[in-house]
Amino acid sequence: MKVNNVILQFTAKIVFFIIFFFAVNIFFAGHYTPGGGFVGGLVTASAIVLLIIAFDLNTVQKLLPINYIFVVAVGLILSLGTASFSMFVGQPFFTHFFDYFYLPLFGKTSLHTAALFDLGVYLVVVGVTMTIIQTIGEDE
Amino acid sequence: MTYFIWTAIVIIALSMIALLFRVVKGPTPSDRVIALDALGIALICLVGLFSILVDTSFFLEIILLLAILSFIGTIAFSKFIEKGDIITRDDSR
Repeated sequence: MKVNNVILQFTAKIVFFIIFFFAVNIFFAGHYTPGGGFVGGLVTASAIVLLIIAFDLNTVQKLLPINYIFVVAVGLILSLGTASFSMFVGQPFFTHFFDYFYLPLFGKTSLHTAALFDLGVYLVVVGVTMTIIQTIGEDE
Repeated sequence: MTYFIWTAIVIIALSMIALLFRVVKGPTPSDRVIALDALGIALICLVGLFSILVDTSFFLEIILLLAILSFIGTIAFSKFIEKGDIITRDDSR
């Protein structure tokens, strides 16, 4: 039975970008407002889940050729590297650094190494959620 | 102003009770899915009104988050009702 779900697929194509940019906003706003790596990762995973529901698993695999196990590994390495970087410069484990920089487009911004740790959390959450959903989802 | 917001909260709570009746009583699964979707929208309205009431803007992300989750949940349920499974390996068969 071939069903014609053109409205769902067209809506999913547009809403995917809205959800993804909202996830990026949540991720970067996590230092001063509610949000952070965990919620951002879950929202990103839900955007990919929307694509998987609207299309099928092979199409999304062709669209985003990502092995999510590697995403988990990269996230863990990033978090561990950020946490253990301070040991190599004579500070205790998990010491974070921040400073103010003058970037060409953003002006005066404060860059903090906790954002890199949060990026690791983000990648781990996206990878774990997508691995679970893809593993359960494929039925044959 | 506070009386106005509390009146709106009570009205939305009553409509949520009516929607909950439809969730419990609904004869078909489609009725329950529609009622759950409308419950999500009513919950969004409640979060907005309470964020006015406690005078904070930290809840506004929860509103968008609830809208996204309600949308994806409703689509997943409707695909389950339509096709029998939510995630398919190959759509062309």
